[in-house]
Amino acid sequence: MSAALRLVNLTVSYDRHPAVHHVSAEIPAAEMTAIVGPNGAGKSTLLKALLGLAPHIEGRIESTVKRIAYLPQQAEIDRSFPISVFDTVLLGRWSRFGGFGAAKHVDIHDAQHAIEAVGLSGFERRPIDTLSVGQFQRVLFARLLLQDADLVLLDEPFAAIDSKTVNDLMAVIQRWRAEQRTVVAVLHDLDHVRRDFPNTLLMARELVDAGPTARVLSSENLLRARAMAEAWDEHAGACDVPMKLTA
Amino acid sequence: MLYDLLIAPFADFGFMRRALVASLALSVGGSAIGVFLILRRMSLMGDALAHSLLPGAALGFLLGGLSLPAMSLGGFLAGVATALVSGVIARFSSMREDASFAAAYLTAMALGVLIVSLRGSAVDLMNILFGAILAVDEAALVLVVSTATLTLVGLAAIYRPLVVECFNPGFLAAMGIRGSVYHYLFLSLAVLNMVAGFQALGTLMALGLILLPAVASSFWAREVWSMTLVAAPMAFASALIGLLVSFHVGLPSGPVIVLFASLFFLGSLLLGSRASVRARLSHPVHLRG
Repeated sequence: MSAALRLVNLTVSYDRHPAVHHVSAEIPAAEMTAIVGPNGAGKSTLLKALLGLAPHIEGRIESTVKRIAYLPQQAEIDRSFPISVFDTVLLGRWSRFGGFGAAKHVDIHDAQHAIEAVGLSGFERRPIDTLSVGQFQRVLFARLLLQDADLVLLDEPFAAIDSKTVNDLMAVIQRWRAEQRTVVAVLHDLDHVRRDFPNTLLMARELVDAGPTARVLSSENLLRARAMAEAWDEHAGACDVPMKLTA
Repeated sequence: MLYDLLIAPFADFGFMRRALVASLALSVGGSAIGVFLILRRMSLMGDALAHSLLPGAALGFLLGGLSLPAMSLGGFLAGVATALVSGVIARFSSMREDASFAAAYLTAMALGVLIVSLRGSAVDLMNILFGAILAVDEAALVLVVSTATLTLVGLAAIYRPLVVECFNPGFLAAMGIRGSVYHYLFLSLAVLNMVAGFQALGTLMALGLILLPAVASSFWAREVWSMTLVAAPMAFASALIGLLVSFHVGLPSGPVIVLFASLFFLGSLLLGSRASVRARLSHPVHLRG
């Protein structure tokens, strides 16, 4: 099993406070990996780091992927903005037409297909501010479909989403896996992770464990993650773990 | 009778004609800027930005007297500098951008009033603060019309990145695009429009004709382009009616124009087709699905 991503002693910090602390792990290629951990454990920050959007990174990320698609948490999008479902989905082809080029027929055709694939036919001209949370998540998944990426990063894709929508969107994710794409998802529902995600990375700023889900999500590991989360010190001194230790 | 009321002022007086053309150009370019200011939740920051033109215009006034090119260039530079400085402050400290904007524009206003008072009279200060649309000359007209042209062409060019930067900046960043480039290009166009409006309406009210019609348009339309199409005629209508009223009644034109723009806003709030008072009251029966 080859790795799509290898994190080598990765530390990501905001204002010198590490949100991800000395994490070394591998994300297997063409597989589905869940990232699990308590709130504030650095899960979203880790995704941002993989995208190259984190403010300050120490350590290394070794990557074999060419194109990354990213599903942000919904709070990062202004859903009151007057833009239609179709235009939002079509943005998935940004890498083809960029900020100034015209969308080709094939892009428009594919956008139509993506909208059908997520079950939103007939919603094309609707402004996004009239959609429910679940419908809007379908829109974002359709945009991901158009991005044709070999690594898909999903930040809490199923937060506040009903089970019907979760099932439909999971079908999309399974399709990505069948197409040999690597999927990494931040998730909170552990039963769901056990059911659908063969690999898990459990973290609480530091890595607790990474590997097959059945092993990683042991009650012992989960307890450890919670204890680490409770032991966080906002007034910590300088970290004395040498950067070379695990590299 | 009707001719005397509506046509004669423009037929008989060159300054009224120039004021009319200037307000048409301001309306077309400015309303597009206004719509984006609202969508970026920057209406108040835009206002602050308009006030910050003052020290630049005042410096131009100090060096070149009441000369349009000097004051316009000074105002433009001061506006862009304010936008950049507050952006930089927000980035390098944890201060929110609206707070740093407020700090920057208050400093700029105080500096500006001080600079004008060094040489000018109270009348000059009034002119700079409140403008004089009836004093628009050919040079000012060229400035206003070029600004409108540049604004429309510029906004058309950066439309897509700007829209995405508004509603989903993270997506743009993930595509490897620096959204801040478009943010500042847009702000420069906004400042340019404020400079153009400044001669007519002054630094205190330059934003009136830009922002009020845009706010009003949000009660009628729900897409960026259609909001602009609704806002521009409302802006021009307020300018036209405002000019005529101020001519016949003998009131200062700037505030009258802005007040008519406010009337359009109030009317839209009451009668608009969406999210208005009428829309809320006239559909007591909810739909089946």
